[in-house]
Amino acid sequence: MPKIRVSFIVNQEPVEILAEPWQTLMDALRENLRLTGTKEGCGNGNCGACTVMLNGKAIDSCCMLAAEAEGQNVTTVEGLANGEQLDPLQQAFIDFGALQCGFCTPGFLVSARAFLNENPNPSEQDIRFAIAGNLCRCTGYDKIVRAIQHVADSGH
Amino acid sequence: MKAFSFTAPTTIKEMNEILANVTTPGEIHPIVGGTDLIEQVKTGRRSPSIVMDIKQIPEMNRLEWVSGEGLHLGAAVSCTDTAAFPLVQESYESIKESCGLIGSVQIQNRASIVGNIANSAPSADSVPSGLVHEASVVLIGPSGTRTIPLEDFFTGPGRNVSKPNEVVLEIILPPPPNNSSSHYLRFIPRNEMDIAVAGVATLLSLAPGSRTCTKARIALASVGPIPVRAKAAETFLEGKDLTNDIIEKAAETAVESASPITDVRGSIEYRKNLVKVLTENTLRMCLNSLNQNL
Ligand SMILES: Cc1cc2nc3c(=O)[nH]c(=O)nc-3n(C[C@H](O)[C@H](O)[C@H](O)COP(=O)(O)OP(=O)(O)OC[C@H]3O[C@@H](n4cnc5c(N)ncnc54)[C@H](O)[C@@H]3O)c2cc1C
Ligand code: FES
Ligand code: FES
Repeated sequence: MPKIRVSFIVNQEPVEILAEPWQTLMDALRENLRLTGTKEGCGNGNCGACTVMLNGKAIDSCCMLAAEAEGQNVTTVEGLANGEQLDPLQQAFIDFGALQCGFCTPGFLVSARAFLNENPNPSEQDIRFAIAGNLCRCTGYDKIVRAIQHVADSGH
Repeated sequence: MKAFSFTAPTTIKEMNEILANVTTPGEIHPIVGGTDLIEQVKTGRRSPSIVMDIKQIPEMNRLEWVSGEGLHLGAAVSCTDTAAFPLVQESYESIKESCGLIGSVQIQNRASIVGNIANSAPSADSVPSGLVHEASVVLIGPSGTRTIPLEDFFTGPGRNVSKPNEVVLEIILPPPPNNSSSHYLRFIPRNEMDIAVAGVATLLSLAPGSRTCTKARIALASVGPIPVRAKAAETFLEGKDLTNDIIEKAAETAVESASPITDVRGSIEYRKNLVKVLTENTLRMCLNSLNQNL
């Protein structure tokens, strides 16, 4: 089966890759583009470790084919920081100790960023619903919720 | 993942040319959100030779109210966009509620109502809502289009009436009856992200300023090989002045239309009890929305 040439934007840079037709966007980001911040947990839409933004909306990149990304705009966790300047969410996750092993963290950060961009004044309940598609086996979620709430409350 | 070829037609004509060469069931699978399909190909449950992205076709992205016809909901419209459409929020509440239950935010941003229907799982959360709103399914292929009631679409778990070279173009939700309301509830052991043990949608239409039921629709998920209408309970309600007793009796009658199995998610008895509870609760939600609390 011939590979497919796919042109799209990743973290504001145009990229072009050759993808197998059955390759997921998650695999293309990790293997072709070496953006290994996007993690594979379950590979089937349950854990959210592979969350990226597609045209500003959080999606599971394991449930999408790389070929479907043609012409689209993708943001991965690597695209959240501005040079050395961390996204306020990244800083808050550090300050609040919102991670232990860190495997789920990129997915939570991308989900939270997409969510706060659309909903800058969330309640705790809103935050919990927004991250319901991200699983963490270590932290118990409270610190993650507090970190996100802190960023929202400080207007970022 | 098993190898397949990928195609993304940008017009109906181009799509029909691809479909014209298809003869075997399952040879081609459209992809919208991919939230069912990718996992099914990975695990070998489906093994298409071609995966066809239909999201580039303008007609598939239609979300439009046409007076006299109703709401056209194209195959490529996501659950998020469906639920955000003001008319869906006002007039098709149960559809909105179903959209909000399908997976997580990430899933809803990609998954479609039509994908949920085409996948044809007995537990599909949008189907009872589509049934109470008397949705019809528009199929398209090289030999043209045909429209069939959603009620007649399913033939078994994971199966439906579409031919190997047909795909779903859209569903049409007719204008809801006057002074009506619809709601959907499902039961899952968690708060989010699980498959329904049972799901019930109801639609109630009342004579103006009264509790006289002029139309009732009740549909059940996860309690049989395909989603079903609870017709005996609907007939029982129509024409009656609704009271607590009538609502309870209707909920008991709805159970007669359920033919559940026992599996890891729940026993036959448990599922039947859920049908009763969820029917009663959704009927009360409809009354509440119509300002006719009992
Ligand atoms: C974590 C997770 C949680 C989930 N939770 C729920 C839930 O709570 N409730 C629920 O009901 N479902 C749930 N699902 C299942 C799934 O997300 C839904 O069924 C969804 O609506 C499928 O839509 P899609 O656009 O992603 O379909 P796809 O995966 O793109 O397609 C599904 C199937 O339909 C076919 N198809 C798609 N479009 C067409 C068309 N236009 N014509 C003909 N065939 C077509 C495909 O070929 C495929 O066989 C969940 C899935 C995941 C991964
Ligand atoms: S790896 Fe994609 S959701 Fe788990
Ligand atoms: S910190 Fe380990 S899974 Fe979340």
